Amino acid sequence: MIEILSDTALATVQDLGRAGSLGAGVGCAGAMDDLALIAGNLLLGNAQGDAAIEVQVFPFQLRFETRLSFALTGADCGATLDGMPLPPWWACTAEAGQVLRLGPPRRGALQASRAYLCLAGGVDVPMMLGSRSTQLRGAFGGFNGRALRRGDRIAAGPATAPLPAGGFGLEPAAIGLALECDRVPALRVLPAAEYDRYTATSQDNLWRAPWRITPQSDRYGYRLAGPALEPLAPIELRSHGIVPGVIQVPHGGQPIVQMRDAQPSGGYPKIGTIIDADLWRLGQAPIGSRVRFVRCSWDEAIAAAEENQRWIARAARLADLYRQHRAAA
Amino acid sequence: MSTPGISLLGSSAILFEAPGETTLLTQQRIWALSREVAGWPETGEAVPGMNNLMLRFARPPRTLDALITRLKVAWEAAEPLPLDGRSIELDVTYGGEGGPHMADVIRHTGLGIDDIVALHTAPDYPVFALGSHPGYCYLGGMDPRLTTPRRQVPVLRIPGGAVSIGGSQTGVSASDGPSGWNTIGTTSAVFFDPAGNPPALFQPGDILRLRAVRVLR
Repeated sequence: MIEILSDTALATVQDLGRAGSLGAGVGCAGAMDDLALIAGNLLLGNAQGDAAIEVQVFPFQLRFETRLSFALTGADCGATLDGMPLPPWWACTAEAGQVLRLGPPRRGALQASRAYLCLAGGVDVPMMLGSRSTQLRGAFGGFNGRALRRGDRIAAGPATAPLPAGGFGLEPAAIGLALECDRVPALRVLPAAEYDRYTATSQDNLWRAPWRITPQSDRYGYRLAGPALEPLAPIELRSHGIVPGVIQVPHGGQPIVQMRDAQPSGGYPKIGTIIDADLWRLGQAPIGSRVRFVRCSWDEAIAAAEENQRWIARAARLADLYRQHRAAA
Repeated sequence: MSTPGISLLGSSAILFEAPGETTLLTQQRIWALSREVAGWPETGEAVPGMNNLMLRFARPPRTLDALITRLKVAWEAAEPLPLDGRSIELDVTYGGEGGPHMADVIRHTGLGIDDIVALHTAPDYPVFALGSHPGYCYLGGMDPRLTTPRRQVPVLRIPGGAVSIGGSQTGVSASDGPSGWNTIGTTSAVFFDPAGNPPALFQPGDILRLRAVRVLR
């Protein structure tokens, strides 16, 4: 059991998202950085998709009410346990009464925006429509369908694997799966239905311009700033299903990338879609930073998904080996 | 008559768009296609939209050609599937604080508020599909004279129960949230209960009727 000590809003319980209720109007939700969530769970011997706490406003503090193993992944927030510094992407065991504090994400090449706190046994909240992720619109799932508040007490499920004394860690995904274009994080994109209905200049700008992430960016969507994307003629569409990662262009010409809390349908013209394998990279890109879109093919999208799977398989192997080795020692 | 549109939504989904005007008959074929596609091995979920269908992958197929061909063949074979739904009436207050964009619809359509209310409450609206947010339904049958483009910049928060127009479509918001549509009125109803079975009040094939209880100028 842990108790939240921060008033900070916007920390939510997330897993890998909710599938299968799009037809009832329910979006996916889920971790903005699925690789960080999976890595944290692997460190603890949890199932890959167990629920965790996604923290995106700092500082963030909580107290362990009972002895409990935990993992911190995602943004390096210079975390401390009772004042003792913890390495990033690290799992260890807290004693009852100890306080975990996450500061603002450290600046630098690997600066990220969201941290993930995984608990041994997973965050224990009820499964709603097949997921433990918080569905803010409609207010269900996660912890009472809302962001966490001071005084909330959150339980962990039964842990299966004991953690080696002293703890251990993994290399952040941003190192092994780094992808840049002109020294700016790159996001691979498949053109979408309306791509051919934009001017040649706009198409060119989509691939060449650095896109700035504006402060109006959150779990719902990232509003980007750059050269206006102009259709050859005004486009009005009938509403249709959409997915996180779709790059919509409202009439103003500044694109919006729909993110994990996006609604499951929409009608703005879509010029492209960031492939699923790269969406975590945008989910971690700080407000004010820039990203580039890189055109890719279907085969490249499949290869990228496989590369992520290989990264996860390797992380799982390392975590298992370390746990067995330490248990045998 | 043009051909269906088939396009990618990244590596997560494929979008099938029926050609032609938006009609109930086409939607009935979309419902049939959705039922067929739901049984395919690559399908995670088949999601009907407005005369279109999104196939969200269970896992993306290695190649697309065979799937695209199968979609086209299934569409040609799809016979209209009428769904016998219930009829549900909602009371609406038009204009005023609950309808902040009524002025924009008046300006764009050139109609007066009484004409807009009369045209908007006249039809039996068939529920074509659910989407946008939990319990929200996309309706067919809006009078084309009410067509008003979506807003230049989406509104960050409209309340649950908002009755709005986006392009040639109309709908009722099921909970608070952002929207790019023009809100012209408001109603109260519970549209979604996550513990319910099914969780949504409306299903595709149901009929929605709107009744004007007040018109605020």
